[in-house]
Amino acid sequence: MTTTHAELGMNRTGIATSPLLTKDMIKGTSEFPPPALGDERAIANERVRYARGSDPVGSVPPPITPKGMVKTAGTALKGESPTQLIDKLGERLAFERTGTRLYEALLSKLDALGTFPGGPSRDDLQQIVAEEHSHFAMLVEVLTKLGADPTVQTPSADLQATMSKGLLDVVTDPRTTLPQGLEAALVAELSDNDCWLALQQLAMNAGEQQLAERFAEALAAEEKHLTHVRGWIAASQGR
Amino acid sequence: MTIDLLRDKGTPLDNQKFTWKELVQPTYSKLDDDAFTRVRVILMNGIETEALRFGHTCGRMNRELQLHLARVRRVEQHQATLVNWLNPPDQSPLETTIGYEQVAIEVTAAIALKEPNPYLAQVYRFGLLEDFDHMYRYSALMDRVEGKDANNLLQSYTDILPGRPTPVEHRDPCDELRIPYDRTTAQLITKLHANTLMAGEYQTHDYYMNIGPTYPDPTGRQLYAEIASIEEQHVTQYESIIDASESWLEKWLLHEATEVYNYYSCVQSESNRRIKAVWERFLDYELGQLRYVADLFEMFEKRDAAEVLGDGKLPAPIDYVSHREFVRETLRNEVNLTAVGTDFVPFDNQPEGSLSQSYREQMNAEGSPSERVARGYSWAPGGELSQQKPRTAPQAPVANQPTN
Repeated sequence: MTTTHAELGMNRTGIATSPLLTKDMIKGTSEFPPPALGDERAIANERVRYARGSDPVGSVPPPITPKGMVKTAGTALKGESPTQLIDKLGERLAFERTGTRLYEALLSKLDALGTFPGGPSRDDLQQIVAEEHSHFAMLVEVLTKLGADPTVQTPSADLQATMSKGLLDVVTDPRTTLPQGLEAALVAELSDNDCWLALQQLAMNAGEQQLAERFAEALAAEEKHLTHVRGWIAASQGR
Repeated sequence: MTIDLLRDKGTPLDNQKFTWKELVQPTYSKLDDDAFTRVRVILMNGIETEALRFGHTCGRMNRELQLHLARVRRVEQHQATLVNWLNPPDQSPLETTIGYEQVAIEVTAAIALKEPNPYLAQVYRFGLLEDFDHMYRYSALMDRVEGKDANNLLQSYTDILPGRPTPVEHRDPCDELRIPYDRTTAQLITKLHANTLMAGEYQTHDYYMNIGPTYPDPTGRQLYAEIASIEEQHVTQYESIIDASESWLEKWLLHEATEVYNYYSCVQSESNRRIKAVWERFLDYELGQLRYVADLFEMFEKRDAAEVLGDGKLPAPIDYVSHREFVRETLRNEVNLTAVGTDFVPFDNQPEGSLSQSYREQMNAEGSPSERVARGYSWAPGGELSQQKPRTAPQAPVANQPTN
């Protein structure tokens, strides 16, 4: 069975491990004060300067089919932002594809270390893999029907990938436990839930009622994932 | 634009100046810029870091050149910084790796096509098919571990297909040396080609050595370790084709000419106006550095720089375009080659029990990461998950079954 908590050991990162060395270090800060006055606002000011001089991360390409052109133009005439929906659909598509891989990596962890009382079974995780993949496939279909290219990495997809890189890193690191991996999955699911809700609302705003219903179904599945993951983490902590 | 390597003065070395803010400019867009902008940025960083590497080695052996080298190197340090910092922060190390392999494929193909020395053209085609396979393996890693499509970076210019299988690329050092060009008879373009690819492969090796350990997945970590080893072989190969009897100053002069040639090539093809201005500025800087080194060459060696640079005319630039058909043709005809000594022979003609065979067997004895990562992998737009309906997760490993 996998371990559910970190063991007692020789962690050396805190100052209590080296009290004498630390005392010397603190003393040094009095003898050698900062060479310049000020604070972290200097860094913030530079961020502002660069932000004002930078181009965006990227853009959403135009639709690839005449049908898409009509659809996009039609939505635009309603005063909506068609690129926003495409950007966010692309984001969810990429997230679900990566989510499939994330849960596959969690499966490896379970296969290597086993589960724990109240933790997920192999079937539980396999079902989530299948659902993440089906959401990805559904979004490929939706984007294609809207006349958009489902292989595009949209700006939001790119930024979500940057955000979630750490989650994959935690789960694919062979040293982490199943509960630690589940904590990464929790962050993913929290974001996923909010984003599916947002997609549902964007679809409704664009007058895409059928789409909104499909997204509501996906949201319901993701809510279950979130409930499961929360429960497994609670069980691993004896809550 | 016509460049004269013997007469153009460029920007004098003393006028080649920077500020920290200039070194850290707005980046290119990973999503919106042409893939060849990334290719050029990556290669030019390699060209500059090779200039630094050469300058340091040369300085260790030549006391009288140390200050001159340090002056030129200081500018090159900042050129390398400005160029490398054009890479955007949303480009992950693995995504940048895909860019590195695109450089290795498209630039090597461009050079192989234009190389007048048929043996060296063969050397380049040989290396090309190995880097081509690395692209396939890294793309499989990206798809299967991260759920991302490498073609978002390649923009369909470069194929994701198996090349010469990475597991068979491992060879003994005795099969890695090639026949060098002759410095007295080789054309200038031959020397520029060799220096360009040596620089590119060296930085690729160093990059994988640095970022490999940051990759968490065990197969990914092993893949970086395996391909870094091949890149070490490639550096050995490309260093060996350069005539070792060139003097230090002759080599320095050729390094500067290589930098001029490469910036010139970038200027000819760059589609991003802001980055094109960087290439134009650095072309002028390099002409100034070339002039500085040519003067040193003539002063110390009492030889005319034209002995090395010929008539001063710059050869046709590197073509930054897709070489799909050339690469596929090479794949069809030469994938089955291996190296025996300085020759290329069909894999089956390799002597039984050769050192390379033993070495390969030793390294692959506990399984091959490059084979494992791409088992059954076939690239599809959007990644292999877009081809699978419905998704079936991997089965639990069977106890006692080999996991390689």
